[in-house]
Amino acid sequence: MERVETFWSKYVFSLDHKVIGIQYMITSLLFLLFGFSLVLLMRWQLAYPGHPIPLIGRFLPDFIAAGGIMHPAAYNTLGAMHGTIMIFLGIVPLGVGAFGNYILPLQIGARDMAFPRINMLSYWNYFAGGVLMLMSFVLPGGAAQSGWTSYAPLSIVSPGQTVWLIAMTFLITSSLLGSINFIVTTLNLRAPGLTFSRLPLFVWAQFITAIILLFAFPVLQAAAILQLLDRVAGTSFYLPTDLIVGGNILDNAGGGSVLLWQHLFWFLAHPEVYVLLLPAMGIVAEILANGTRKPIFGYKEIAGSFAFIAFLSFIVWAHHMFVSGLKTKLSYLFMTTTMIISVPSVAILTCFLLSLKGASIRYRLPMLFALAFLPLFGIGGLTGLPLGFTPTDVYLHDTYYVIGHFHYVVVTGSMIALMGGIYYWFPKMFGRKMNEKWGHVHFWGTVIAMNGVFFPMFIQGMAGVQRRLYDPTVQAHNLAVQPLNILMTASAFILLLFQIPFIWNFFHSIFKGEKTEENPWQATTLEWACPSPPLPHRNFDKEPVVRRGPYEYSVPGRGEDFWPQDKP
Amino acid sequence: MNSNYGWWLPVAASSYAGRIDGSLAILHWAMVIIFGLWAVYMAYCLIRYRSSASPRADYHFTESMKALTPDVVILVFEVWLIFFVGVPIWAHIREDLPKPPEAVTVGVTAEQFAWTAHYPGADGQFGKQDIRLVNAGNPLGLDPADTAGQDDVVSVNTLVLPVGKRVLINLSAKDVIHSFFVPEFRIKQDAVPGMRIKLWVEPTLEGKFELGCAQLCGTGHYRMRADVLVKSAEEYQKWLDAQKKGI
Repeated sequence: MERVETFWSKYVFSLDHKVIGIQYMITSLLFLLFGFSLVLLMRWQLAYPGHPIPLIGRFLPDFIAAGGIMHPAAYNTLGAMHGTIMIFLGIVPLGVGAFGNYILPLQIGARDMAFPRINMLSYWNYFAGGVLMLMSFVLPGGAAQSGWTSYAPLSIVSPGQTVWLIAMTFLITSSLLGSINFIVTTLNLRAPGLTFSRLPLFVWAQFITAIILLFAFPVLQAAAILQLLDRVAGTSFYLPTDLIVGGNILDNAGGGSVLLWQHLFWFLAHPEVYVLLLPAMGIVAEILANGTRKPIFGYKEIAGSFAFIAFLSFIVWAHHMFVSGLKTKLSYLFMTTTMIISVPSVAILTCFLLSLKGASIRYRLPMLFALAFLPLFGIGGLTGLPLGFTPTDVYLHDTYYVIGHFHYVVVTGSMIALMGGIYYWFPKMFGRKMNEKWGHVHFWGTVIAMNGVFFPMFIQGMAGVQRRLYDPTVQAHNLAVQPLNILMTASAFILLLFQIPFIWNFFHSIFKGEKTEENPWQATTLEWACPSPPLPHRNFDKEPVVRRGPYEYSVPGRGEDFWPQDKP
Repeated sequence: MNSNYGWWLPVAASSYAGRIDGSLAILHWAMVIIFGLWAVYMAYCLIRYRSSASPRADYHFTESMKALTPDVVILVFEVWLIFFVGVPIWAHIREDLPKPPEAVTVGVTAEQFAWTAHYPGADGQFGKQDIRLVNAGNPLGLDPADTAGQDDVVSVNTLVLPVGKRVLINLSAKDVIHSFFVPEFRIKQDAVPGMRIKLWVEPTLEGKFELGCAQLCGTGHYRMRADVLVKSAEEYQKWLDAQKKGI
């Protein structure tokens, strides 16, 4: 059925998965830039505590930085909002909302998602949640300041949290609607011949991610609503009896449990880490197969490991609570599951590395990002070991070691892979290529600067520097490693500078980039079988028929070194 | 600059610190070895299999049981680590609680943004506490009518401990979650409102150390610190005797 398109229905309230995917991409990239800017203010304070913020300090309102010097409450606000924005408004919408929406239906040969209207609703819930998060900075009470983890009772007695909780319910609703759509689409709309054993690993990753979201997010939704009730309706789900806050006995009935919030929160938030990671691994698998010109090593092992990680991710959450007063016997269980979850991650990394053996590697831009992912994610994964292991976690917990660990996983891991994904699929989205030369500048500058920001965190963590300190120099044990903060802050500003070529390249190439044909990377999966950009609302000229597996590169006896899934 | 601190672990000042440092060493050596092997293999492949040196890829190298070797090695290493290193150390830290009277018992109460230590005095009995009696002069709400509390010592932001004796700490919080973290002791334990959590430490080194809060607790989180003074038995007793008793 042909629809009559207006500007509004085509570009704003679109039902086309491709437009929604690009909406997600641009919105989430803007949020990533904003969340990154917040941390630059924090990094200035860490490197030069008590010094006025240069250039922009004088323009900041007094409640953030009177006289240009950051206020401690503002530091906590920026920290909480940096985490919230990067995770819930940046990486997840980019990995799942943008790439999942745009690429998954193409890779399975579908005309659109199963429920286009729910898809649109999912984006607009995300948008509303994002706008509300941003508005919270200027609403009475300001933005949340109790960390992205929002531990009760601090979150219940601190200002700003109410709007955070309401915004989170929008974001959670968005993810839930999206996850149902991804699951149904993958199960029902695959092209003829596309069996599960022929699915590209990116589709496997998105499918399993959607299942994680579906099971994990309702728990946070419920937990957030209970916290909201504690704040606005005077309930005591997370408040024990006899709290004295600021010298006054809190006027609440009590009887609640402080640790209940942590259990519910981490029941979501640990699987969430794999929501951040699995789509990125899917992207790396696609780019690696293409760049090595050979079938990916251990296809079944990788897909199986994705599923095993998803299962295990639901029974590791209490490793965030080893020092919270958790029973010793329970901590044995969670230490064991946590250490075991490293095995499928090692399996995936091993398969990726073995994919290089016997390859014919073409060092093109997306491939550089995929290759950088391997060692950098490796550092992130390995440094998780002493955090999952109780005798070492008791020392490293809540230090900068933890910050270094998850930034290596999420930034040099996921974010690097997602950037690679942008360079890889950009020609499909816009029919034009991004500039190679500026892409190289972006790649090398970004990778080096990221290590300059994050690696010193391990040294600081070993020295015992706690996280979330507005002024680390107040405590004697932090002083020896304080100079590292200057290096890290300088690296963070350099990292920002090296995003300028990317931003320019992205928007310039949409209009002025070199034009490409439908399959510029000589790839095998179905998204390259339709025009670039794909046809509005139906993608393919005629429904593709799948004849073989996803990575038939360098098949002996064939002249070309790639054999697309749908070609005879 | 204080010689207790540098670019790696701070000085080790408790009986179990050595075992924790040992675990950190095992894990970091394992990480260096694993990463080194990966890096060397990857660098070799990137050079050997560049498209100019390897124009056509090998279609057949996609499955091999040998690829499971790293997984099995890691699994065996981790199982060994958990059951022969992790569980014994963790059980020692968490469950080997010293029992009074052998141990010195101290109450530590966390609040925004201070640490209050509570010593039972010569009678070994903590005085009764009542939340309604809490005020600036009586941070723990000690009941003046209770005789057990008359020789109690209350010390704000200074925790004094005897060297070479096991100390049992009863940890609690008044308002929000805080976390008791003494880097030199390698111990960390959240102080959770509504819970009374026991932990123990045996200081092995005299000196001045630092108690920091490791859990975000509000605007003053960064300045929530206390001095930990570890003294000889005589000095410790002298300090206790010199303190004001009761409330």
